[in-house]
Amino acid sequence: MTLKFNNVYINETSLVVGPFVKDGPLKNFDKVYNDFYNGEKTFEECEIKALNDCLKILLEKINKNEKQIDVVFSSDLSNQLSISNIVLSKYNIPYFGVYNACSSLTEMIILSSSMIESKKINNSILLTSSHNLTAERQYRNPVEYGAPKPKYSTFTVTSSTGCYISNTKSKIKIDTCTIGKVIDSTIKDVSNMGAVMAIAAANTLFQHLNEIKKDSNYYDLILTGDLGKYGKKIFVDTLKELYNIELKNYDDTACMIYDNNDKNTLAGGSGISCMPTVLYSKIIPEMKNEKIKNVLLLATGALMNPTIVNLKKSIPSISHAVSLKVIR
Amino acid sequence: MNLKKYQEICKENTPKENIFKKTIISFIVGGLIGLIGQLLIKVYLSFNSFSYTDACNLMMITLIFFSCFFTALGFFDDLVTKCGAGLFLPITGFAHATVSSAMEYRKEGLVFGIGSNIFKMSGSVILYGVVSSYICALIKYLGG
Repeated sequence: MTLKFNNVYINETSLVVGPFVKDGPLKNFDKVYNDFYNGEKTFEECEIKALNDCLKILLEKINKNEKQIDVVFSSDLSNQLSISNIVLSKYNIPYFGVYNACSSLTEMIILSSSMIESKKINNSILLTSSHNLTAERQYRNPVEYGAPKPKYSTFTVTSSTGCYISNTKSKIKIDTCTIGKVIDSTIKDVSNMGAVMAIAAANTLFQHLNEIKKDSNYYDLILTGDLGKYGKKIFVDTLKELYNIELKNYDDTACMIYDNNDKNTLAGGSGISCMPTVLYSKIIPEMKNEKIKNVLLLATGALMNPTIVNLKKSIPSISHAVSLKVIR
Repeated sequence: MNLKKYQEICKENTPKENIFKKTIISFIVGGLIGLIGQLLIKVYLSFNSFSYTDACNLMMITLIFFSCFFTALGFFDDLVTKCGAGLFLPITGFAHATVSSAMEYRKEGLVFGIGSNIFKMSGSVILYGVVSSYICALIKYLGG
């Protein structure tokens, strides 16, 4: 299902990043945390602080107080969205907690844009947060255990991101969106997230191009969420062999976020904040300079749960597409 | 959707681990741990006041102490990541797994945090160690 928006714009963004991301190729951060604790006692408290800082910086940047915000959408990887819940309990803003794993960013854009487009609300804030070690602790082993990982596993991004979208005109317009379907990837290997998610991204891209009746060259840049080095290859091959689509202007945010010579980060970044971090620090500034004008975002989410993985079930995945356009 | 074809594409693009290199590293590191253990036994025996069994026990206690200590200092996990089975199969790995779980859960309290979770990673070693020693003892008893 593809929807078209005529009156929704991205106005402002904010970024708080942690270790590994700060040493990577990206710039334009609002705040940098030098270690995984940043003076707090636990990783969870550090993530709460980062998301809180991010929201505060965003409110300062748009020069609004919390009463002037209609809705805030927020998403993180912690069980029951606990990081978002705790942060938003300190603010007086109506709140939606959204979870679609790493495709939450595009899901939140679709939900809030629909509400703005139908004139139910005027503006909204989208927050995402992920922290390498809270994710590691929840989905994998104790942090100090350090079991060897396969080359194709990804390294969760530590950052909190915020974005203000509204019906006030700006240079970057949210153009169309395609709502993805959950796809059973048949992959059971929890380390191989790229393979789990690539098929969902390919499926959504195929559907999106069909419904807007354009080919892939229509976009200056197509960005997938967090497939990683090997997932990227699987995505390109799947499109070629199963859907007959050749990609030219394509990249994956997992491969853009870290220094590629760093062996600690394995196949690249992952996590809810992976795509928004690259988007806000690199793609949106480039769009503002009109270097690229037409971008398709395919955030991808592996909908996995440690218990279900241990029961040896295959991991379903999803991808929602959103296109952004530069207007004069 | 052609899921069979997709699985083939995934298989083609998933890198193979260098098992040969990893085995060699594990072999050398595991051998080094054994060598250190043997040297420790020699050192303890040279005090003349310990029997051979006592010296072996002291050697194990020393290895366990140092792997716990290095885990607590925070660099043993990097070594485990690099050396693989060479470090986590010997008794050093058992100690490391136990301490890393204890460190992980210490913020959640002494009883329901550390107490309930300390053997999260190493519990199966204890369980199957006891079960297999029981079976071995039974075989020995029945076989005379």
